[in-house]
Amino acid sequence: MTHPHREPRFLRKYVFSTDHKVIGVQFLFTGLTMLILGGLLAMLMRWQLGYPGQPLPFMEKIAPEGMPGGIMVPEYYNVLFTMHGTLMIFFAIIPILVGAFGNYLIPLNIGAGDMAFPRLNMISYWLIPPSALIMLAGFFVEGGAAAAGWTSYPPLSAVSSSAGQTCWLVSLIFLGTSSILGAVNYVTTIVNLRAPGMTFHRLPLTLWALFTTALLILFATPILAAALILLLLDKTVGTSFFLPAGLIVDGASLAHVGGQPLLWQHLFWFYSHPAVYIMILPAMGMVSDILPVFARKPIFGYRAIAYASLAIAILGMFVWGHHMFQSGMNPVLGTSFMISTMVVAVPSAVKTFNWLGTLWRGNIHLTTPMLHALGFVSMFVIGGLTGIFMASTPVDIYIHDTYFIVGHLHYVLFGGSLFGAFAGIAFWFPKMFGRLLNERWGKLHFWLTFLFFNTTMFPMFNLGMGGMQRRIYDWTQYAHLAEMGPLNRMMTVSAFLLGAVQVIFFVNFCWSLFRGKRAGNNPWQATTLEWQTSSPPPHGNFAEMPTVYHGPYEYSSPLVAEDYLPQNRKL
Amino acid sequence: MQLLPDNFSTTGGTIDHLFYVILWITGIAFVVVQVCLLLFVILYRARPGRTAAYIHGSTPVEIIWTVVPTIILVVLGFASQGAWANLRERVPANATRIEILAEQFAWNIRYPGPDEVFNTEDDVTTINQLHVPVNQPVVVHLRSKDVIHSFFLPLLRVKQDAVPGLTTRVWFEATQPGQHEIACAELCGLGHYRMRGFLTLESPEAWQAWLTSQGKQRVAEYAP
Repeated sequence: MTHPHREPRFLRKYVFSTDHKVIGVQFLFTGLTMLILGGLLAMLMRWQLGYPGQPLPFMEKIAPEGMPGGIMVPEYYNVLFTMHGTLMIFFAIIPILVGAFGNYLIPLNIGAGDMAFPRLNMISYWLIPPSALIMLAGFFVEGGAAAAGWTSYPPLSAVSSSAGQTCWLVSLIFLGTSSILGAVNYVTTIVNLRAPGMTFHRLPLTLWALFTTALLILFATPILAAALILLLLDKTVGTSFFLPAGLIVDGASLAHVGGQPLLWQHLFWFYSHPAVYIMILPAMGMVSDILPVFARKPIFGYRAIAYASLAIAILGMFVWGHHMFQSGMNPVLGTSFMISTMVVAVPSAVKTFNWLGTLWRGNIHLTTPMLHALGFVSMFVIGGLTGIFMASTPVDIYIHDTYFIVGHLHYVLFGGSLFGAFAGIAFWFPKMFGRLLNERWGKLHFWLTFLFFNTTMFPMFNLGMGGMQRRIYDWTQYAHLAEMGPLNRMMTVSAFLLGAVQVIFFVNFCWSLFRGKRAGNNPWQATTLEWQTSSPPPHGNFAEMPTVYHGPYEYSSPLVAEDYLPQNRKL
Repeated sequence: MQLLPDNFSTTGGTIDHLFYVILWITGIAFVVVQVCLLLFVILYRARPGRTAAYIHGSTPVEIIWTVVPTIILVVLGFASQGAWANLRERVPANATRIEILAEQFAWNIRYPGPDEVFNTEDDVTTINQLHVPVNQPVVVHLRSKDVIHSFFLPLLRVKQDAVPGLTTRVWFEATQPGQHEIACAELCGLGHYRMRGFLTLESPEAWQAWLTSQGKQRVAEYAP
């Protein structure tokens, strides 16, 4: 099929494009940029924890108010962890996993020419830059950026005088809108635009994951948007949704009456717990696609993994209260949330066992994407298992709001989501840009990241077991933390090394964009539809619209001489 | 191997016990998965002439590895429930009552005094100085003036948020005399990290004597 219309001009082709592939790449570049920023904030934070009160002279120029003389003040530390969490979750991981891979892969994997609503898709991307600018503007406004944690619990967030907190709220309202528009598009596209023969049970597992992710976004994000608007009203026009009567802040009596601080926590976690699954399901899906390719073996338990995604999405809507066991919520509710939380671990365990089953008796090629996928499995297991400690309400009494939680969430979101993202980037980079990433540099990046990730994050569990609270500027205040110096310094050194080795990834990425080896259509000899068209695919994706005859994991099939059978090859 | 610091409360003992039970269960799962992963990558690495098995799965195996973790996890949930109900709902009737009003960045502590009734002349108030008798249950009623705080006694395994507009409570029983600290575990602003108090665990007699001495020199009015 040739395109009758004129080739779009530069601006329409690369900037205000409605092509899902361009939009996917835009999400990817935006997400990676924010990943760098978020990582730098984390390194500054680690500096204060490893070397409390020691000056970093060059920082005086960059943040004269936050680090006068290069020495960090407590307010700035609070800004750092707030913005680190916010940028990583909302502007790096979700845009990369859901925005970039969702947009890029959905039409290609189902054999469609584009998304169902291309213009809506373009809007969903173009809400991100203003949202990011408003968020980052927080650093330059009166009172500095938001400093109430990425969870922004009121009253603290509502009574703070910083304009940065208002920026935070407005920015996330934009971002939530973007997510909702994207999700509508994903669901509609997957339901309506599948190629002939592409039944739901022939969808690659990434698509099952993205489909359930989109459903989660549709159900949960409007709740966050509503909560953000209510908090914005409390903060700016003096309503009392979350603020009770009798507050006395800085010696001044506030006029609020009748609000409930816990209401915010319910609404916030009603979104933000599903958000954890929004950040891990797509990575699980991509790993489920990458393992079979490099084990040259069908995925073990296709339906089990697909339905486990659905189960995670459904059960994941009923566990938000496990963030609130010590919040003053009725302890009876704690019991029910404990049981649902225990059960939500099961589908993740099922997936892990199926990934092991896929490797069993395979023919395993340790390429860069495969290494990251195996790293994902290995690290996600730690993230998942440590979650069981917090699920147990009595154990949570001790470890809640300690570094144990910080360790757990980093094993899920870095060990899981980010290794998944690295795997996905290494795997689909040749499709996106027509060139392969350098394997040698890719492997070096993997091994160093794997090493320094663990030496940075694993000791967090020890700090947590020792009772070190999260979000404290200076742990040396406390007698029970007196022994934590060497561990904290080791983590800080590791964190800086972890940050430094990411340079390998970014150099490899940029160099390979222009100088990488030409990939050809199907460098990994994979079966799914995106590999059956050119790299990068043309506008409209397929020269001829494909018809699907097989499932997505026909590797080493006895029916064909090669060890893979493309989904669209008629036998 | 001791991973958790020493514990100085009866209530903390059950928490530590559950922690180690979960550590064993998850530890075994961890080792099994990591060993399988490593073993499979080594055993089934690509070599010339090797082909992968053409297997799509196995329903009996799926059922086993779905049902077994479900049972273990649900049992773990119910095993935790006893301790949870005990720690959060069954406050002993004879527990000594203490009230704490948290504010940025201090703990206002109030004792009912000899008449054991609050809001009377003999109430004793302190700032950041919590004295508690050992070997008898104590219940702390928590409130907050401004933002959310969290009353955290790391070495007694006690943690409970103090929420403006609500009164939350938490009980514990200390086991031996000593000096420890109160930490704030919920981000409460720029001074969160130094919202530190001092906990003195002492014999009931010493505690009574301290209370009496404080009552005589009472200065601060306990703000509502």
